[in-house]
This record gives sequence, structure tokens and C-alpha cells, in this order.
Amino acid sequence: MQELSVRHLLGIKDLTPADIQLIFETADNFKDVLNRTIKKVPSLRDITIANVFFENSTRTRLSFELAEKRLSADVINFSASGSSVKKGETLLDTVNNILAMKVDMIVMRHASAGAPHFLSRHIKANIVNAGDGTHEHPTQALLDSFSIREKLGEVTGKKIAIIGDILHSRVALSNIFALNKLGAQVMVCGPATLLPRHIADLGVKVELDVRKALAWCDVANVLRIQLERQQMKYFPSLREYTLYYGINKKLLDSLSKEIVIMHPGPINRGVELSSDAADSHHSIILNQVENGVAIRMAVLYLLASKVA
Amino acid sequence: MQKRLIVPDQLLDIMIQRLAHQLIENHVDFSHSVILGLQPRGIFVAERLQQKLQDILGFPVRTGQLDITFHRDDFRRRESPVMANATHIDFHIEDQRVILVDDVLYTGRSVRAALDAMIAYGRPASVELLVLIDRRYTRHLPIEAKYVGKYVNSLPSERVLVEWKNKETPENNIWLITKKEEN
Repeated sequence: MQELSVRHLLGIKDLTPADIQLIFETADNFKDVLNRTIKKVPSLRDITIANVFFENSTRTRLSFELAEKRLSADVINFSASGSSVKKGETLLDTVNNILAMKVDMIVMRHASAGAPHFLSRHIKANIVNAGDGTHEHPTQALLDSFSIREKLGEVTGKKIAIIGDILHSRVALSNIFALNKLGAQVMVCGPATLLPRHIADLGVKVELDVRKALAWCDVANVLRIQLERQQMKYFPSLREYTLYYGINKKLLDSLSKEIVIMHPGPINRGVELSSDAADSHHSIILNQVENGVAIRMAVLYLLASKVA
Repeated sequence: MQKRLIVPDQLLDIMIQRLAHQLIENHVDFSHSVILGLQPRGIFVAERLQQKLQDILGFPVRTGQLDITFHRDDFRRRESPVMANATHIDFHIEDQRVILVDDVLYTGRSVRAALDAMIAYGRPASVELLVLIDRRYTRHLPIEAKYVGKYVNSLPSERVLVEWKNKETPENNIWLITKKEEN
């Protein structure tokens, strides 16, 4: 009988390695449930969950909603566009109004870093961070590590290169925390303008040449260029980025070994990843999506046991 | 804590032999019958039954393991969540005669959860319950076992422990344990 050391999932930073293992072992069992004819279990039938999305999302939102429904929770959805947020309501007021309807857990995505942390200090409901600005995206990092564990047997000792827009990526930061806690070696790679200063202090290697990064790693986690978060020009043109940092089948075939290609989505085909690489046997991109539901079920299940 | 031996090693073997013969009496060649051991402890009983049946019949009987964690009715009512175990059922239970196997029948709530969990795999022709120990007069639900190793009268403050032979324990034994009085 084990439980998580936290009440909320705000970031990977707060988790212990034992927490991550517990989530993985629970997700293994949920993955089994998802492969049955009847993919539903009644565990969370007395829990109501609100998915509160202040920022656009396809995968994460669908994945959370499906996970909640597979656990038999009652689900309500909220998106900022078309809501009273546009009329000037504050975050705390919005969430308190949702909670007044007797909601037990909040899954939240917000464009500001630290928004779920702020909320956790003011409300009683359990919070799952579904991405806060450029800070953390814990469930994505968990499903990434879970997918590596599934593909390669274990995460410990494996070499993972995170390639692309590290500066604006919450996926990168959460992945670095998760992989470090699981004992993997991590490298970040991208144009110098898109690498945060002092990133090496997190215990990662830094590489500017994508060929060297690919030659070093067992797994390449390729990230999207987040143009919507870029206030200024970080590189001359997308075409030039693709020329120097784009990954294609030819580049993968030129390596002396097989590496695994991951991408958290959405892919900008032909920019960071070419179609022949994204759809090749190297890629486990759709396995990541499949595992996302099992991981989110595990997180919700383990946190729901702490609902007051 | 007091420990009283209620079924010693030798008797346990005879008990399993008797239960195996009772099963054969009703299921004859097991062509449409399967055994499902409940995780975590019923699987050891199921394993031994399967071995015994195979010794007697000369052919293997289909045996699986069923986890009931996500179907329990005490989720969020206990201190911490129960760790889930694996379910291994590599055959269809649709239209089969299922024999659910557990070590101790107490409140009946685990069996209720097991019936629920099992339905996710198909609609069996019939379901029977086999337990090593039936704790009498303790049921919370209208559930009774068809095959019983031994009936035991016990208090709620007592616990039945089925020990299987492994590195730490030298023999198979069933104990009745009285929990320490809390002052």
C-alpha cells in the first residue's frame, strides 16, 4: 500500500523518484484496463473533475477527459475562450465559482507560469497541472519517460537528447526533472538563442550541433518551435532552422545506430521533423499519445485518494 | 499478538485434495470450466488447486489471475490506495463456467468487486466461489462460497493468515491471529 508524497501534481520538481515509480506501476495496470473490451473501471465514480483550460490544447485535453471518463469520474469542461474570463473575471474567482458547484479536482492549463501553484495556496481541491506557461507540463514528462521505459526496458542510464526550442518549452523542463530523477543522462540541443542561460546547472549536457546530439543519444525528444510564445526573432527563418536543426530520415539513416524519435505534439511537419522521420519505425509518437491516457489515469487515481 | 494454528501443513494438503475432487465431481473434464484466482492472495490457492487437478486428471486446467483493485468499494475510505496487481487471463470467459478462488471469505466485499471486475472480460455461463477459510457470521453482503476448506468462527478483532511455503516460511499453515488489544 503506497501513496504519493504530494496532494497536487504541480510539477515533476516536487515528486520523488518513488512517486514516479508508483505512477508508472499504476499506469501499467491501467494500460492493461485500456486493452480490454470494457475499458472502464468504477474507481472515481464519486469524484467530479473540472478541466479548466485557459490555453488551447487538443491532445492533453482529450487525453485527460478520456482518462477521467475511463475512471468513471464526472467531468466538466471549461475553456477561457467564450467564458466570463473575457469579461474580466480573475483566475481565483473563476475557479472558486467552479468549486462552488462541488468539484473535487481541477485539471488546469494556463499561459502563466506558476498559476496552478498560486491556486493550490488558495483552494482546497486537488490540482493537476496540465501545462503552465513555459514552466512545467508534468503529465507529458511522465508519459515520455513511461514510453521510453516501455520501448527500451528502463530509463536509468539511457541517453536522452531534447532537441529544439528549449527556452519556451515546459515539456523540456519537466522532462529534464523527470529524467534526472530516474537516473537518465540528458542533453539539450538547439540554436544558442533558444537555450536558456545556465541550463547546464540543471545537470544536463548542452550541444549546439544536432548531428552530434543524435550520434550521442538513444532517444531524441524533438520539440516544436513555439512561435506563439516568441516575442522576438530568435533565428533568421524557419527554413534556416529546418536546414540546421530539422530531423529527417536521411539524417537518421546516416547514424551508426538506431535511435528512438519522440515528439510531444503538435508536430510542425517539415520544420523540426520531416514526415519520413515522423512516420518511420524510429518514431514512438503515437505510443506516447496512447500511454498518455494510462499515465493520466494513474495520476488522477492516486491523487483522488487524497480528496478530502 | 496471539497466533493459533487452525490448519497445519498436512491438513492443508488434504484440504486442497478434497476441494480438487469436489471440483472434478461438478466439472468432470473442465472442458468449459476455468479457474480465476483473486489477487493478491487467492492466486496462490488457485496455483495449488491447478497443480492438484493436473496431478489427478493428467491434463492442465485453464487458470488466470484477476485483480480487483479498481473495482473495490473502499477506495477513498481507507488511509492510502491499495496497490494494483496484474490481471492475467489468457483465455475467453464468455460462456465458460468460472470458479473464483480466494483464500479467506470474510465480508464478501472482495468477491463483489471480483464479480464486477470479471464481467469486463465477458459473460460467463456460471460463477462459483471456492475459498480455503470461510469466516462465519461476518458477511456484509449476501455472498456464500460453494466450496469451503474450513469454516472458522472468529471475532472482528481477529485475522486469518494463510502462509505459503517460501524462503522465509518452511511450511504451509493457516493461522488465526488475535490483534493486540489497543488501550
